[in-house]
Amino acid sequence: MPFIPHTESDIAAMLASIGVPGTDTLFDEIPVELNCGGLPGIPQGLSEMAVTRLMHGRAAQDGFYSSFLGAGAYEHHIPAAVWQIVSRGEFYSAYTPYQAEASQGTLQLLYEYQTMMAGLTGLDVSNASLYDGASALAEAVLMAVRANKAGIRRVLVPATVHPRYLAVARSTVKNQGIELVTVPYDEATGATDLDALDAIPGEAAALVIPQPNFFGVLEPVDALTDRAHARNMLAIAVVNPLALALLKPPGSPSQPSLAVPHPNPPPLAGEGKGGGGQGWGQKGADICVGDGQPLGVPLSSGGPYFGFMTARQTLVRQMPGRIVGRTVDLDGQPGFALTLQAREQHIRRSKATSNICTNQGLLVTAATIHMALLGPQGLKNVALASHANTRALLDRLCAIPGVERVFPGAFFHEAVIRVNSPVPDVLRALRAQGILGGYDLGRDYPERAGCILVCATETKTDDDLAQYAQQLERILSRRREAPPCAYKS
Amino acid sequence: MSIPANLKYAKSHEWARLEADGTVTVGITHHAQDLLGDMVFIENPTVGRKLAAGEECAVVESVKAASDVYSPIAGEVVEANADVEASPESINQDAYAAWMFRLKPDNAADLDGLMDAAAYQAFVDSEAH
Repeated sequence: MPFIPHTESDIAAMLASIGVPGTDTLFDEIPVELNCGGLPGIPQGLSEMAVTRLMHGRAAQDGFYSSFLGAGAYEHHIPAAVWQIVSRGEFYSAYTPYQAEASQGTLQLLYEYQTMMAGLTGLDVSNASLYDGASALAEAVLMAVRANKAGIRRVLVPATVHPRYLAVARSTVKNQGIELVTVPYDEATGATDLDALDAIPGEAAALVIPQPNFFGVLEPVDALTDRAHARNMLAIAVVNPLALALLKPPGSPSQPSLAVPHPNPPPLAGEGKGGGGQGWGQKGADICVGDGQPLGVPLSSGGPYFGFMTARQTLVRQMPGRIVGRTVDLDGQPGFALTLQAREQHIRRSKATSNICTNQGLLVTAATIHMALLGPQGLKNVALASHANTRALLDRLCAIPGVERVFPGAFFHEAVIRVNSPVPDVLRALRAQGILGGYDLGRDYPERAGCILVCATETKTDDDLAQYAQQLERILSRRREAPPCAYKS
Repeated sequence: MSIPANLKYAKSHEWARLEADGTVTVGITHHAQDLLGDMVFIENPTVGRKLAAGEECAVVESVKAASDVYSPIAGEVVEANADVEASPESINQDAYAAWMFRLKPDNAADLDGLMDAAAYQAFVDSEAH
């Protein structure tokens, strides 16, 4: 039964009262070309009993794998305290509450979250979260176009951006007259091709810069940021927030006195000259987005996760989503309030900075507690252990005959290997041994058939790495000795 | 209600004044700031931008609303008032002193198409009902 209290006769009476023949007529003002004509992929509803059975069946498929699969969602240890605290009644809500200022604790938590994200990304302001990393990128593209005074509706996006993020950004902007132009990557390094970028003519509102990119490769972020600014584009950083515990932050806070300190780490081996806490390039990135899943959110078969967005102070009025500010009440006592609400849809209506600015309150609560428990040093330790494990995994895997590294440069905790057997077969054989061996890059990049994206986070032990290498060696050698598709002559 | 007699007015509550040098100064009316409340942010058009009459070109944001400002006549923006951007509350203090931007009009005679003080007073009164 649909959760709608109106009966058929209620609806008929309401329609008759306003003189409209049917509910469909109420949507006549939506242009025909925007009507997708139904949702054929969405099945009919199921009973509670049928849903329970379906979900038990799906949960059983999750299994207990040793996972080396990353590609945008990462297995990390989440201290038990995180979700224990999140589940408290005071926090347990998906949204910012209505009459938000009556819930000072919730607002304080969001304010702390924003402060942490601003510090981690080196930018001035953060919103209270967005839907996920992919929609955060789409929102950043819209934001950059809004901020472009010359009215340029074109954004450059490297081919090394997460393919799903790009797909979501395309869906979001395609009916808004915004063009996304792909910047190719260098086949040798796996990083964005600077010469190819320079060769793209014309103006654009922004350049998207992933770090690390989808291949796990560290991009030349300084050169990319400076090139963006030299051509009057905003630089939109798309980052793994955990990587920022090791890498320099994208932004350079415009008011250093107010800046939240960044853990200021030494550069990774192979990374370009460290900026010593300064942001990317001469001026730093302008907008930073990403998926917050690595910060205390379980994999959960792909979601829900949350997106984050930070930006320069000068762009704050173009920012989507809710923003919590700290203020003082009539008695001079500190307090928290939603601020800059004139950007939002309940005030600005159709001209709001976003109309899909759902914030992921519960997951942000988890991330805030997770970051608070780990602290800057803890986050750095997790990032370092993940980097070290992936490095150790690559050493083991690349010692196997028929396996090689593909892109030789610096990486964070993910890298590409090539195997001399069809990837789907290899991954299936590994799965049969309880191992998720990684992501088949040929799915998104036809020229990368034969390549697997592998990731070993801090959750992996030496024994796990040895198991993976041992099974992969066995599978590849067996296939060499007895090719599965022997030719009949 | 403060409606100076020497200015011209648009239905979207902007005032316009023809200067001796042929430029036209634009701001929002006392009535508009009164409706909006305490101003917190002003976004002016960039200098050099060409505006059509009635084109959305600036934003005034108060503690309770954000509102678009429309160009009363066609012209090119020759100056934006940085003082009012730095002190949005100056519009609340004196909406006719706190001008927003100056236009070089395509045709100064276009000002004749706007309301005079009496017509604007009548328009405001009619909107109140």
